[in-house]
Order: sequence, then structure tokens, then C-alpha cells
Amino acid sequence: MKSIRFASSPLLSERLPPWRQRLVLVVLLGAFATLIARSLYLQGINNEFLGGKGRARFERVIDIAATRGRITDRHGDVLAVSTPVRSIWADPEDAKLAPAQLRNLAALLEMDVRELTRKLASEHDFVYVKRQLPPELADRVSTLQLPGIHQKQEYRRYYPAGEVMAHMLGFTGVEDAGQEGIELAFNSQLQGKPGSRRVIKDRRGNVVEDVESVQPPLEGKDIVLAMDSKVQYLAYSYLKLALEEHRAKAGGVVVLDARSGEILALANLPTYNPNNRVKLVGAQLRNRALTDTFEPGSTLKPFTVALALEKGKVRFDTPIQTAPGKMTIGTATISDAHMHGVLTVAQVIQKSSNIGAAKIALSMSPEDMWTMFDSMGFGTPLKLGFPGEVGGRLRPAKNWKPIEQATMAYGHGISVTLIQLARAYLAFARDGDLVPISLARLDTPPLNARQVFSAQTAHEVRAMLEMAVLPGGTAPKAQIAGYRVAGKTGTAHKIEGGAYANKYVASFVGFAPASDPRLIVAVMIDEPSNGKHYGGDVAAPVFAQVMGGALRTLGVAPDAPLKPIVMTSAEPVKEEM
Amino acid sequence: MARLNLLLIMVALACALSAVGANHRARKLVTELDASRTHMRGLEEEWGQLQLEQSTLAAHVRVEKAARDKLGMKPPAPGQIISVDAVAQQ
Repeated sequence: MKSIRFASSPLLSERLPPWRQRLVLVVLLGAFATLIARSLYLQGINNEFLGGKGRARFERVIDIAATRGRITDRHGDVLAVSTPVRSIWADPEDAKLAPAQLRNLAALLEMDVRELTRKLASEHDFVYVKRQLPPELADRVSTLQLPGIHQKQEYRRYYPAGEVMAHMLGFTGVEDAGQEGIELAFNSQLQGKPGSRRVIKDRRGNVVEDVESVQPPLEGKDIVLAMDSKVQYLAYSYLKLALEEHRAKAGGVVVLDARSGEILALANLPTYNPNNRVKLVGAQLRNRALTDTFEPGSTLKPFTVALALEKGKVRFDTPIQTAPGKMTIGTATISDAHMHGVLTVAQVIQKSSNIGAAKIALSMSPEDMWTMFDSMGFGTPLKLGFPGEVGGRLRPAKNWKPIEQATMAYGHGISVTLIQLARAYLAFARDGDLVPISLARLDTPPLNARQVFSAQTAHEVRAMLEMAVLPGGTAPKAQIAGYRVAGKTGTAHKIEGGAYANKYVASFVGFAPASDPRLIVAVMIDEPSNGKHYGGDVAAPVFAQVMGGALRTLGVAPDAPLKPIVMTSAEPVKEEM
Repeated sequence: MARLNLLLIMVALACALSAVGANHRARKLVTELDASRTHMRGLEEEWGQLQLEQSTLAAHVRVEKAARDKLGMKPPAPGQIISVDAVAQQ
């Protein structure tokens, strides 16, 4: 083959057709124009995508946790607080630990090595090794630098007062949402809302620029309760003592501020420790003062009498014949255990005569009585926001038979909660008006008071209630040294399966100082079974202890001489059931 | 003309450098702010823990136990209470 040098290639001397040159030029220009158009499109018109990609290289969105608000008592003592804890979790895929590492970790977490191994052998991607550790311990775990072992920040709610305030405060679940009590009632205010912000971070992970606040965090608000933790402690500890002494099944105490309607204390037994809710049964959880109704018995008599005074049917000294201690209405007979003969209206309260109360009630129309009970708040829940709050039973007046009207006069055939009862007594402790009761501390006195009795009636009933506590009344054990006390006992048979059983509910509601009432204390003791079951024997002493302690704690000036009370040896008058 | 251009270049350069410096300072401040925020959060948490500790130590159960057992205190008997007002009136 003959070799041809490039320079003398015959192809070079060949003339090419001119269209080929132009074609190449057009194709190249076209390609170039496409590139320009594409880059214009990406840079100018549709620049979101690349911009986003770029930002993703240096911008970070950080979550800002919001803490749940604290709950404090009226003096600012902390009752519930969230503190950070850390949970240790593992990715079993990565967590291949040497035996020595396993032993170290197990020792730190106070776990069994076998249990730890079992957890790490899980097939899931995420296993909690141990939840809610104190931060110091979690730090020591992280210094071990184990592969596949991670930590997660969480919050845990602590209740320093423990079981003393368990029912009032309630508790939160694992997700930090309220499940009971105040935690539930005020959940929307307590709960914060986590936020987030977008920042630019440098190579070392420091934030160098705040780009924007995506969502500002909303910290949970602190709740200041009306509760006084000292009064609450008094209520709780005396109730506990009384329950042990009388071997009772359950009990409750409510303390209200008569001037403002604030709930200063609310204790129930049995209770539980909110910090350790492992073995919890339903009976412990019940906030009895709000969710359980009982027949109040004689504690309702003052309302009947107040209505009769208000309607002008009787005066405080109107004589009422209660002999012979029995009274038949229709087919039923009601009775007093002791025959009292002729009693004045005031003595009907003092001696707690059923016949007297029934006779007073029958002088009035059922509608009037129903209206009075309804305006006292019986039969309607108080709507404090507590779960399971009930209103009790108050049947419409048109269905009442005369016997029912008579028994309702002394608190049978109607059911109430302890807190309703305490609140209704506000009308006597104040000048005949009712204010709404409040869980939260009030800084201004309540304005929306509703007059239910005249001030005159309230003062007369107050004087009668004071007599009930003096010798000759049903509750001399409710007396307190240094203070004048007014109150009323109640003892009711419990209904079981539609019939009255041989079980009792002893109660006492009263207020002090009687000259200018500051506090209302209501005590209910369910099934006292150690021989005594009268309200005057079982509930009245608890009232005296709680009230006396609370008045001294609050520094209320005594309104009676501070002589030691000489207890009369005579037993208190037994009230009727 | 050339001298004016030189001057303008110098001015532009100075502006650019001070912008860089300002940006750097801003970033340093933001870092500092962030550190302070973290510190604040830490302090808040510590405060919560201290409050918790205080409440636990000042729990009425504990105080009462200490008063009765350690200090031998007891509530005054009715005769031992003297009202200050009553004394003043006598």
C-alpha cells in the first residue's frame, strides 16, 4: 500500500459542499443556545430547587422544646414540675457490644446483663434500653461511647408532695399530657408548644446565623392554685388518722375560703403516690369529693329550715311538736330515735330532729323546695373541669310524693358530692349569697355572687348551727379552743341494692369563726366500722382538728376566749337517721 | 483620571473588607447568643430541679417529723395560747 502524507492528502484538495459547514455551525449554535436557555431557566425562573439544595447544605432546622408549666400552691410552693431526664435507646443493628462493654453498661443502668442482652437482640430498629434517667447518669453512659447506644431528651413530671395532693393535682401520661385532676383540667394552659428555628451552622456545629424563626415555641404557663399546701397537709393527715381510728373504707375533706370561694384543700382517701403509679387500682384514683355522691343526711336540714324562714312559714322560735317521735306519711313511717317533745325551729337543727324537719318541709310546696335545692347547686355538676365530676341526684319536683318531700328535708332521697355540700354552706357562711368556687388562686374577690337567702335568714341559720356545736347539740366534739364554730352533723344509711344497708356515711359541714366566717370545712367518712358511726363522733373531731389547724395557720384572730374547753361528760345528742 | 480610579478602587476594597468584618462579628455574636440561650435553658432546668429539691426537703410530712422527733416540739395546749390582743386589753 502506498503511504500518503497528511499534508499532501488528496482529500484536502477536495472541495466540500458549502452547506456542510453551515449545518455544523447551526447545530453548534443551537446547542449553545439550549445551554444558555437551560441555565437561565435554572438560575432565574425556576431557582427554587437548586436554592433549596444549596440551603440544605448549610442550614439546619433546630427544634426548641417547650416545657410544661409548673403547678404551685397559693404561696408559690412548687407542687408539680417537669425536669429533663434522658432515655437510653439502642439500634440493635449497630449495637454490637463486647462483653466488657455490656457489663459496664448494665452496671451503670443497674440492669441485669442478661436482660440487656435480650433487649439488644431485638429485631426492631429502635429499643428503649432504659427510660427517664437522671442527666448525670446519662452523661456517664455517654462517656462510655458505645456504638449504637443513643440518648433522647425527655421530661418527667415530679410531684414533691406525693400522695398528700394526688387527687387534686392528678398526673400526666408518658407523652406529657394531663390525664387526671388539675393536670387535665388545665392541660391546655400547662402544655407548651414546641417550636423550631432555621439557622446556619458552621463546620464545628456552632450556630452562626439565625435565618428565621419557623415557629416560636410556646412555653407552658404556670398555674397558681388556690390550694394552701399547709392546710392541705392538715386535712390529709387528720383524715388519715380518723380513717385508721374508725376503720373506715374511704373519706374526704374539702376546705373552702368563705370569702372568695377558693378551694384551699381537697383530700381524699384512699390515695396513691403520683410519682410511682405502678400498682394503681381504681379505688385509689377516685377523687371522691367530686366523683362520688352520697345521701347527705342531716347536713341538709339547715337548707330546709332556711327556706321556711325565707318564705315566712316559721320563725326561729316557732314551736314544733315532734312527739311521739313517729310520723306516718302515706304508707311510710319516719321516726326520731329519741323523743324530744316540743322543739323550737332552732332546736330542730340543734337536736337534729327528723320529724321537725319533715313537718317544716311539708308546710312548703315541692316546687319551692326543688327551686331552693337547685339554686344551691345540687343536682348539677360544678363544672370545675375535673374528669368524672358528677352532679348528684335531684329529681324533678312534680314526681315527689309527700314522703319523699319529707325525707328530702333531712337529706334522704337526694344525693350530693362533698364539694357541692361544702359550696352550698357558703350561703350560710356568707350573707346568704353563693359564689362560684375556684381551683385557681383569685387575686380579686369574686363579683358574680348570687343571693339565694336573705342576709337575715343566713344569720339566723348561722346562730342555729352554732347551737348544734354547743353542749346539748349533736356535735360538741366540733368545738375549737378560741374560735366560735357553727356546723351540722350528718349520718346517713348507705343504700345497697335499693335498700338501706347497715352501713353509714358520717359527715360534718361547718364554718368558723362564727362571728365572721373565714373557712368552710366539709368532712365525709364512708363506712366507719369501729363501733362509732355518728357524724358527731366520727366526722366532727376531724372537722375540729382541720379547722383549728387551718385557722391558726392562716392567722385568723380568735373570736372566743382562749380558755381550755371543759368537755361535758354527757354524750352528744344522737342525731336521727 | 487614573488616580481617581485608583482611589475608587481603594474605597471599594475598604468597603468590601469592612462588610466581611461586620459579617464575621455578626456571626460571632450569634454564636455567643446561642451559647447564652443554651446556658439559660440549662439554668432554667436547674432552677426547676432546685425547686423540686426545696419542695421535697420542705415537705410538711418531713417538717412535722423533724419538729416532733428531733426538736421535741408539740402543738400548744389550749391553755398555753395567749392572744396578744387579749393581753393588750387587760
